[in-house]
Amino acid sequence: MGDQKRERASARLEKDLLGKMLLIRRFEEKAAQMYGLKKIGGFCHLYIGQEAAGVGAISAIDLARDYTVGAYRDHGYALACGMDPRGLMAELFGKATGSSKGKGGSMHFFDAGRHMFGGNGIVGAQIPVATGVALKCHYRKDGGLVLCWFGDGAIHQGSFHESLNMAKIWNLPIIYICENNQYGMGTDFRRVSSVTDFVVMGHSYGIPGKQVNGMDVMEVYREVKEAAARVRTESTPMFLEIKTYRYRGHSMSDPAKYRTPEELESYKKQDPLLIMKSRMEESGTLSQDQYEAMDAECKALCDDAVKFAEESPEPEPSALYEDVLA
Amino acid sequence: MSLITFREALRAALDEEMARDDAVILMGEEVGQYNGAYKISQGLLEKYGPERVIDTPISEEGFTGIGIGAAMAGLRPIVEWMTLNFSLQAVDQIISNAAKMRYMSGGQFSVPVVFRGPNGPAEYLGAQHSQALQSIYAHFPGLKVVAPSTPADGKGLLKSSIRDDNPVLFLESEMMYGVKGEVPDGEHLVPLGVAEVKRPGKDVTVVSFSKPVRMVLEAAETLAAQGIEVEVVDLRTIRPLDEKTIYDSVVKTNRCVVVDEAWPFASVGSHVAWLVSRTCFDDLDAAVELVSSEDVPMPYNHSLELAAQPSVAKIIEAVHRVLYV
Repeated sequence: MGDQKRERASARLEKDLLGKMLLIRRFEEKAAQMYGLKKIGGFCHLYIGQEAAGVGAISAIDLARDYTVGAYRDHGYALACGMDPRGLMAELFGKATGSSKGKGGSMHFFDAGRHMFGGNGIVGAQIPVATGVALKCHYRKDGGLVLCWFGDGAIHQGSFHESLNMAKIWNLPIIYICENNQYGMGTDFRRVSSVTDFVVMGHSYGIPGKQVNGMDVMEVYREVKEAAARVRTESTPMFLEIKTYRYRGHSMSDPAKYRTPEELESYKKQDPLLIMKSRMEESGTLSQDQYEAMDAECKALCDDAVKFAEESPEPEPSALYEDVLA
Repeated sequence: MSLITFREALRAALDEEMARDDAVILMGEEVGQYNGAYKISQGLLEKYGPERVIDTPISEEGFTGIGIGAAMAGLRPIVEWMTLNFSLQAVDQIISNAAKMRYMSGGQFSVPVVFRGPNGPAEYLGAQHSQALQSIYAHFPGLKVVAPSTPADGKGLLKSSIRDDNPVLFLESEMMYGVKGEVPDGEHLVPLGVAEVKRPGKDVTVVSFSKPVRMVLEAAETLAAQGIEVEVVDLRTIRPLDEKTIYDSVVKTNRCVVVDEAWPFASVGSHVAWLVSRTCFDDLDAAVELVSSEDVPMPYNHSLELAAQPSVAKIIEAVHRVLYV
C-alpha cells in the first residue's frame, strides 16, 4: 500500500513537471510567433530547450518561504513559479495588464507575492541581489532559501565571485545555479573560461556542489531537493552547474551561426520533454492520449494569453511617471 | 540640544534607528570590529551584535547588491562605503538595480536602502580619493540624494533616509565629521526634499549644499560688511530638489550664484543654474553664476588642490559679478 501511494505521488509529480515544461515550450513558441508578427519588440530571450532546469529546480522548493532570482531569460522561471501566462504575454505586448504594467518587458518579469524577484537584464547583476535576499532569510531565521540563477556567461563577472565569498563567510541559505547552456551569447564557454567544470568555481569559495544533467527534469528536481535540504540542515550555500542547451539563438535577433546544425540536432534528441514523455510512457504513467490532452490544454492557455494581451489596453500616458519612487 | 560633532550626530541617528526598528542593519568595510574607518559606527557592534553590524570584505559591488536584495526582501540596510570614490566599483548595482527595481516591476518592489559615506575632496588625497560624485547619482530617476551641511541636518536627514522606502544616497564629508553644532536630542526628523534658508538676505541668492555651505556662510559674513546681504539656500536634498525655495529666493533677490564642489560639466550646480535661468528669466538682473571645482583631476600638492576647489574668495568674486561690482 505504501509503495502504491508512493508510486501515485511520483506519477503525479512527473505529470506536473511535464505539464509545466510543456506550458513553457508552448508559451515560448507563441512568443516567437508574436515576435515575428512584431507584437513583441526589443530583446526576447527564449527558454526553449532549457525547460527542465527551471521547472525541476523551482518545483523542488517551497515558494511560500523560498525565493527565485534570475537573469533575463526569465519566461521559464516565471511560469515555473506559477505566474499567469496572461499577465506575462501582456507584459511582452507592453500592455497595462502585464505583470509589470507593461513597463518591464521580457527581461523583467517579477511577482513579489510568489517570491519571484526578477528578471534582470545586466549579466550577473542579479547575483548580489539574490545573495541579499538570502541575507534576509538568514537574519530573520525564517527557514527560507534562495535559488540564484545565472548563465555560463555571468560566471566570469566580479559580482559572482564577490557574492559567493560573502555567502560562504556568512553561510547564507542560497543555491547558486549556473545554467550552462554552453554559449554566452555567441561565445562557446570553452573559449572564455579557464575551467570547464564550473563546480570548481564553487569549491574555490568552500561551497559544495556538483554538475547536473539539465535535460532530465527528474534529475534536476532530485538534486535541487537534496541541495535545499543541505542548505537548511547544514547551513551552507550550495552550487549546482546545470548542463543544458538552448535551441534558439541568444535572443530573437540571433541566427546562431556559431554552432553546427549537427550539434543542435544531437541536443534535440535529448529534448527534456521527449525524455520525460517516453519515460512516462514506458512506465505506463502516461498515454499518448493523455499527453495530447495536456498539450492541447497548454496550447489553449497560450492562445488565451495572446487573446488577453491583444485585447488589453495600452498603459495610460500617466503611467510613464508612476512607480519611479515609493 | 547638545553641542556635538557631525560624526556624533550621524552615530546618534544610526543608533536611534537601529534601536527603533530591528529591520535596520549596517554593513560595510570596517564598520564593526574596527568601529568604522571614520568612527561613525563606533560602539554599534558592541550594542547590536554581528548579525546587525556586518563587516564585509572589500567587495563594493557585492555588498552593495546584497544591501539591495535584502531591502527588496524587507530589511532596511544601511550600506557604508569607506568613501564615495569606492562606490564606483558598485555603480551598476546602484544604477541598474536600486534605481530601477520599482519601475521595472510595475511598483511591486520597494528598495529601502541607504548608501552612505564621505564624498568630495578632503586633503592631500590625490585624484582618485577626492571626487565629489553627486552629479552622477543625481542623474538617475529612482534614487534620492541627500547632502546635509550641519550636524543637526545630518542627524535629522539620516533618520528620515533610513525610514524612507526608496534607495537613498547619503553624502557626507570627511572634512565635516569633526565640525560641531547644536543637535536636538532624541527624535529629530528633517524631511527629505525640503531646502532651508540658512541666512536671509535681499541682494543675492547663493544656492549650495553639503560642505561648501560653510564657505558660503563665511563669504556672506564678509559681504555683509561690504553692505551686501546674501540669502543662503541650503538644498539639503539634491533629489528630490526643492525648486520652490530656490525660486522664491531668486524672485526676491533677482540674482543667483550656485556653489557646487563637483566639476562644472553636467553637474548638480549647472542643472540648478539652468533651472533658475529658465524659470526666473524675467526676474534675473544678471546671468546666473556657477562656482565649481576646476575642470581637472585633483592634484596632490596642497596649494594646487585648494586652487582646484571653490573658496570663500571665489564665492565673493561670483557675488560681485552678479551685482556688477
